[in-house]
Amino acid sequence: MHPGPNGARLALEASGLTKTVDSPSGPLTILADVDLRVRAGETVAIVGPSGAGKSTLLALLAGLDTPTRGRVAIAGTDLSSLDEDGRAALRRRQIGFVFQSFQLLPSLTALENVMLPLELAGDPDARAIATAALTEVGLGARLEHYPRQLSGGEQQRVAIARAFVTRPPLLFADEPTGNLDGATGRRIAQLLFERNRAAGSTLVLVTHDRELAARCDRIVALDAGRVAG
Amino acid sequence: MKPLPMLRFALRGLWRELRSGDALVLFGALAVAVASMTAVGFFTSRVSAGVAREATEVLAADLRLESANPIPAAELAPARDDRLRRAEEISFPTALFHGDRSQLVAVNAVTAGYPLRGHVRVAGVPYGPATAIATIPGRGNVWLDSRTATVLGLRPGASVRVGAIRLRFTRVLAFRPDQSVGLVSLAPALLMNAADLPATGLVQPGSRVTYAALFAGPPAAVAAFRAHLRAHPDAAVRVREAADDSRELGSAIDRASRFLNLASLSAVLLAAVGVAMSARRWASRRIDGVALMKCLGATQRFVLEVALTELAAIGALALLAGTVAGAIAESGIAWLLRSLVERDLPAASAGPIAIAFATELAMLLGFALPPLLPLRRTAPLRVLRRDVAPPRLRHGVAPGLALAALFAILWLMVRDAALVVDLAAGIGVVGVVLGAAGFALVRLTRRFRGGVGVAWRYGLANVSRRGTASVLQVVAFGLGLMILLLLAVVRGDLMREWRASVGARAPNEFLINIRPQDAPALRRALAALGAPDAPMVPVIRARITAIDARPIASLRFASARGRAFATREQNLTWSADPMPDNRVIAGRWWGPADYGRHWVSISTEYRDALHLRLGDSISFDVAGEPLTVRVASIRRVRWDSFRPNFFLVFPPRLLDGAAGTLITSVYLGPRARPGLAALARRFPTVTVIDVEAILAQVRSIIDRASLAVQYVSLFTLAAGVVVLLAAVQATRDERRHESAILRTLGASRFTVLSGVAAEFAALGLLSGLLGAAGAAATGWWVAHHLFALRYAPDPKLWWIGILGGTALVGVSGTLAARRVVGTPPAQSLRAEA
Repeated sequence: MHPGPNGARLALEASGLTKTVDSPSGPLTILADVDLRVRAGETVAIVGPSGAGKSTLLALLAGLDTPTRGRVAIAGTDLSSLDEDGRAALRRRQIGFVFQSFQLLPSLTALENVMLPLELAGDPDARAIATAALTEVGLGARLEHYPRQLSGGEQQRVAIARAFVTRPPLLFADEPTGNLDGATGRRIAQLLFERNRAAGSTLVLVTHDRELAARCDRIVALDAGRVAG
Repeated sequence: MKPLPMLRFALRGLWRELRSGDALVLFGALAVAVASMTAVGFFTSRVSAGVAREATEVLAADLRLESANPIPAAELAPARDDRLRRAEEISFPTALFHGDRSQLVAVNAVTAGYPLRGHVRVAGVPYGPATAIATIPGRGNVWLDSRTATVLGLRPGASVRVGAIRLRFTRVLAFRPDQSVGLVSLAPALLMNAADLPATGLVQPGSRVTYAALFAGPPAAVAAFRAHLRAHPDAAVRVREAADDSRELGSAIDRASRFLNLASLSAVLLAAVGVAMSARRWASRRIDGVALMKCLGATQRFVLEVALTELAAIGALALLAGTVAGAIAESGIAWLLRSLVERDLPAASAGPIAIAFATELAMLLGFALPPLLPLRRTAPLRVLRRDVAPPRLRHGVAPGLALAALFAILWLMVRDAALVVDLAAGIGVVGVVLGAAGFALVRLTRRFRGGVGVAWRYGLANVSRRGTASVLQVVAFGLGLMILLLLAVVRGDLMREWRASVGARAPNEFLINIRPQDAPALRRALAALGAPDAPMVPVIRARITAIDARPIASLRFASARGRAFATREQNLTWSADPMPDNRVIAGRWWGPADYGRHWVSISTEYRDALHLRLGDSISFDVAGEPLTVRVASIRRVRWDSFRPNFFLVFPPRLLDGAAGTLITSVYLGPRARPGLAALARRFPTVTVIDVEAILAQVRSIIDRASLAVQYVSLFTLAAGVVVLLAAVQATRDERRHESAILRTLGASRFTVLSGVAAEFAALGLLSGLLGAAGAAATGWWVAHHLFALRYAPDPKLWWIGILGGTALVGVSGTLAARRVVGTPPAQSLRAEA
């Protein structure tokens, strides 16, 4: 990993990150000059009201979108030096995702959904590893169920198993409890942090849930596209 | 990702993709196209193979040498090849005697092994049931046809005299493979053993005898012998091959298979619309999955490879299923056309599968692949932000190229560029006209919304709101219904009109081979039977030898008819006046001053087939005498008048010296027809041809052929159903949403379903209206321009079209959409959230 200025290894580094889009009333700045450094193993929550630019920041950090200005480096690799397929390859090796709306493929079973990133990485033991991952999140008996046959909480467990199955050094979670009721949300948050700790991954979490954010090592607040504190 | 895991990944999802509906419709569209192509392809390939096989039967051999003299042994030397079987046949006309009665017969004396191809069929009594027999008449025996036996009053066991010897009549000869089907060879026939021939004393130097040597064997041996004969040509020996005789039969089958191919193409074109619609929907449903896969690290190439693999797998499955369905459907066509193709057909070749595959490939590349290609550009950001625009799934120019490919494939099958160009233009015009009419009808539904109940209002609103899809469905079904109505209803109407125009008392009996000296007595005999005005028209036979001094053998003719005119003997006549059903359309008919001039009047068919013009000179061989004449006029002939008519008519006095026979045609009522038997006995040389029986046969062939085309048109309707399913799939999410809202607002499931039924019933009604109008317009055009008949469509055409369309589209559309509107509203609304 790339060493940071204070000597700690940096999992993620963003500087001067700006995103401007065209709108009917002229250019609209969604994100302005955001700097962010995340050490390896650190858990960081990005919080802020709706429209603050949280999801945009997450997309830029994960290489799902390109900034208008500024740069992002993951494990020392500058994303701007990569093309779309290069960024996909980097995500395959380095990044796991958990989404608010679970983002499971409806036509694949729970097991196949978890196997997907392993298969994309060409892992020959995909089935065995994915089975173990689902068992670890308590879904060993639901391997062949389709997403529509699972509850919201169960779907998010599948998503968590999928996120960690390739043992990515860096994990992005976008409102992971946003679509769940309070009790289920707390259980899922618990599972997410447990799995993260066990994997030793770096976690970047976007949420507007203060309670969830408080479980992270550090909170970065966004307001109107700028880091507020 | 390595290829194998990618393949596994792609194929794993395929079954579920098929079950999801979108991929299933795509599969169905491809399978319908393949089934329609292979059904017709298998049938035509079997018939072609059957024609080739039967053609060898027409010669009773694979190769046949004919000569007016015994064929020199040296000529046959290479035929000592052990693999070639051989037989001989010696034919000549002679008089056959029984008591004081005699009959002119064509003697066929054959050696053991005859026929080498096909079977002789014999019966125990005249006109009795016939069975195939594997032997030839034993020595001292003779087989005679039913007519000769009847004329001479013979019973099996009777003795007849042939030349110097007496032979015993043992069996009735019902059929021999090399009896040709032209009018001349209808002469009564006799089959005897060649070993008895010398004793008859009939074969003398100078006799009119045809010696034939017959050969059959494995194709390689036949080819080697043929090559030898070509390398050592002998002007006195004619080599006859199967291809010579099969050409005409082949061209008839060709014409029939063209119609079948055209009918199947209409199914393919509609299926292509289904492919385009379902592939687009399939691609758009993949967008979210692709975004997620890219988010998880899939490359553009992987995304593309997965989509292509799935598409290829769907294509392969559709090819397989379509081919199986096509093979099953083919047996249906063969059954419908069983009277047209009487014998057992050989197995089909694999060629049609290759053609179906090429068609499918064109459809996949032109209509299914284009919307899949942009998928790889899906932004992975869509997993976070749904408002990110999906890639634009455009077809671009690919469908145009695919259409061109489909027409190129059609050209390969029918080999008629003009037909393909006409068809492409025709489809374009019909498509535009039907499209415009469909658009107008769909627009019209808006006006009716005010005055109907809630279900109908909802249904009609959907018809006009989904404008393009509605027009597509109306056109798809309209086209299918139009073809079926044209064949099922309009054809019957036209047939009735034609029969009415021919008249009830059109001649129904042809009498040929009338000797001039018998003409007055025969005319009196016919008058006694109630046909007083039998015209006696002279007939002689002639062979064309040159056009404008160029030998006919050096000229090439594209059409089968041209080649037949160039190589075969023609019947011709002479007359002072044109026949009543002939119209001179160019040149001048002769007056008395022109009698005896070297002129000829030709029919339009003869002009077209031999590319002749007024003033061209034509040379003939008339019974050994050369005759050169100029084309003085061209006639258009109404052949369906059933009066004697000729391609070639000469002025009087030019051919007066030539020996010929006379021909006549008369109408005999049912009561008079039994008198024909006595007439045949009194005039033994005269052959009576029952036109009514031939007409009935022709009608039955046309009925069967059009039934086969109707049957193939069912594929067009199946393709229409696929288009409908694709349209239902495309609007599935929308329908689910609407249904959920309606039901949340208190509409019962029945009301929602009634609305859907109303929508599809309206579409079906419009399709039926369009199909009936199209069939009526086409029927009118055909009647007016091709047959000069008056035609007013039967009212039942409209009823059948409208009711049939409403039922078909209404039921299948409602069934297809039923599941969507049946989803509980809470589930639908939650799924959308």
